[in-house]
Amino acid sequence: MSNVKIPIGPQHPALKEPASFTITLNGERILSMDLRLGYNHRGIEKACEERSYIQCMYLLERVCGICSHSHSTAFIQAVEELAGLEVPKRGLYIRTLVAELERIHSHLLWLGVAGHEVGFDTLLMYSWRDREVVMDLLAALTGNRVNYGMNTVGGVRRDISPDQIKDIQKGLDILEERTKYYVEVATEETTLIERLSGVGYLSPEDARNLGAVGPTGRGSQVDRDVRRDDPYASYGDVSFKVITDDHNDVYGRTLVRVKELFETYGIIRQLLKNMPDGPIAVKAPRRIPAGEALSRYEAPRGEDVHFVKSNGTDKPERVKVRAPTMANLQAVAKMLENNRLADVPIIVAAIDPCFSCTDRSIQIKDPSGGNTGVMSWSQIREYGINWYKKHGIDFKSKGL
Amino acid sequence: MELFNIIIFPGFFFLVFLGLFYEFTDRKVHARLQNRVGPPWFQPVADILKLFGKEEIIPEEADSVMFALMPAIALASVVTAYFYIPTWGYESLYPFKCDVIVVIYLLTIPTITFFLAGFFSTSLYSMIGAIRCQTQFFSYEVPMFLAILSPALLADTWSLSEMTKFYSHHPFHWIINIAGFLIAVVCLLGKLEKVPFDMPEAETEIVAGTFTEYSGKFLAFFRLAIDIEMVVGASLIAAVFLPFGLGLNPVFGFILYIVKISFVIFLLTLARTVTARIRIDQMIRFCWLYLAPLAFLQLLISLVAKGILN
Repeated sequence: MSNVKIPIGPQHPALKEPASFTITLNGERILSMDLRLGYNHRGIEKACEERSYIQCMYLLERVCGICSHSHSTAFIQAVEELAGLEVPKRGLYIRTLVAELERIHSHLLWLGVAGHEVGFDTLLMYSWRDREVVMDLLAALTGNRVNYGMNTVGGVRRDISPDQIKDIQKGLDILEERTKYYVEVATEETTLIERLSGVGYLSPEDARNLGAVGPTGRGSQVDRDVRRDDPYASYGDVSFKVITDDHNDVYGRTLVRVKELFETYGIIRQLLKNMPDGPIAVKAPRRIPAGEALSRYEAPRGEDVHFVKSNGTDKPERVKVRAPTMANLQAVAKMLENNRLADVPIIVAAIDPCFSCTDRSIQIKDPSGGNTGVMSWSQIREYGINWYKKHGIDFKSKGL
Repeated sequence: MELFNIIIFPGFFFLVFLGLFYEFTDRKVHARLQNRVGPPWFQPVADILKLFGKEEIIPEEADSVMFALMPAIALASVVTAYFYIPTWGYESLYPFKCDVIVVIYLLTIPTITFFLAGFFSTSLYSMIGAIRCQTQFFSYEVPMFLAILSPALLADTWSLSEMTKFYSHHPFHWIINIAGFLIAVVCLLGKLEKVPFDMPEAETEIVAGTFTEYSGKFLAFFRLAIDIEMVVGASLIAAVFLPFGLGLNPVFGFILYIVKISFVIFLLTLARTVTARIRIDQMIRFCWLYLAPLAFLQLLISLVAKGILN
């Protein structure tokens, strides 16, 4: 069989969101990959400029369905820095608590997806069932299973009761036991190890050069974690280890995520034990003083960066979101080298991609000359009409 | 009477019923092991009826004759194979001298039709699925042949009916073939394209593999063929490796037969629940490095046992 180009996406059962990977194959072996993004561009950054800070927060929370608290916290931290607000300690603790619960649900979700990608549906069913425990806790705590709406400028919106603390502790015991079981599965089930180890190799140098973040980087010995390196919220008050792994492959990334769960349980226990009394929020002004702020946040998938520029009104002048998937995508092409078609789904899934989070802006690039530039609306319209004409479709003749 | 045997019982309709019933038990047990509720008992019937009611789409570039013919051939060959397997009596419906070879060959035809169906669909995903199907075929077929032929060697006959007679005269000889039984079950997983050997239709990689372009009643025929192949394969394994309790009265014999194939199908379900899908190269290595030598060992054991016992 000569070289074939096989399209994975924009619509494909392996992908949970639209993205297009065109893979050139020789037999089962991958020769090269071409990645196209942009099927999920929603214009969120632009929409933020039309909304007040509070409205922006709710909008940005919807950047991602899984790490929604990450995006709203990252944004709100930047706004609080601009406004010079001192968030009460209890507020920060609750914020951190929700963030860590979110990490549990995201990592368990990933474990299930990874199982599904290698045809191990039993793992998917088990881990998603156990994920319900933490989803119920989040729903009891915030009122929602996803998009919690917990944050507000200057603190959090809901307090936590002693009963809820007990419930969380009970839930944690169940989850910890189940996680031990998953560690057993990941380290003993032969077919699973066969499928994961040695697949999607990313050397530590490459991981560093390509800017891999989060579990993807830590699975390749990149010892980086914003929670430890640049503590925000109340991460300065808790002690935890940053998990790294020297397998440098999909198996390493799996182990990092599963082991990180134990650290997360430790963090939550410390938070619940040392939960300070006091108010949960301070009053925030509607108008935020002019300035620029950058906020970093360790989302379950890696470092999430938000940049906010304010101009003294109640609406931001510019908001820029760099989701962790954006940083990890470069590494995917490297990981796919010398692997087989059967490994594509799990390698792509191993970075825990979130394409809708990543699709921020479109840059039109001329593939032949490499010219980059900005097109005006009328130019882009003209270009579109001509493109369709070239392909035999004339909208004028159809009365459009 | 002959027509009744072929079409109604124990022929086509009985097989369709058994096939759909075991698809249900397979899915239900799989679901319960995964902590899910699972489908209701009529789900496989509903699926097939729904598929029959749907429009068939034949891709423009596909060879329409071959595309439409393949599902029918797959179904016909597995149903035919059933007539030569002794189920609850000593004899199959139409026994003749070398029927074990014929059954094995009839059971390879579905795999070849899957390959041809994928090949003639001309879509990329089908093509890759077809090639994987054929690659896989070369790795599990040899151990399966060897495993099934070693009991025949022990019984000194190529006829399934005579084999069952031999084993009922020597009620404990089937224990000698226990390794062959395990090999045959693993190979049947490959033949039925179930996890861990479902690479030809790995949905997260190549959509639906060979069946990507299939729809409507063509797909229904293929699904029926796979369901029936599961029953026929399990019956073959039960007849060859678990040949005890035959020649009782028909009712007990029938119940015992159902228990036997249920056991084999339960093993298949268990295997697909506890494993992940392996890669095609890993499967070839597994089959040739472990299964084939084990099958040769079984052959050797049978030969030695034959020498000692006779």
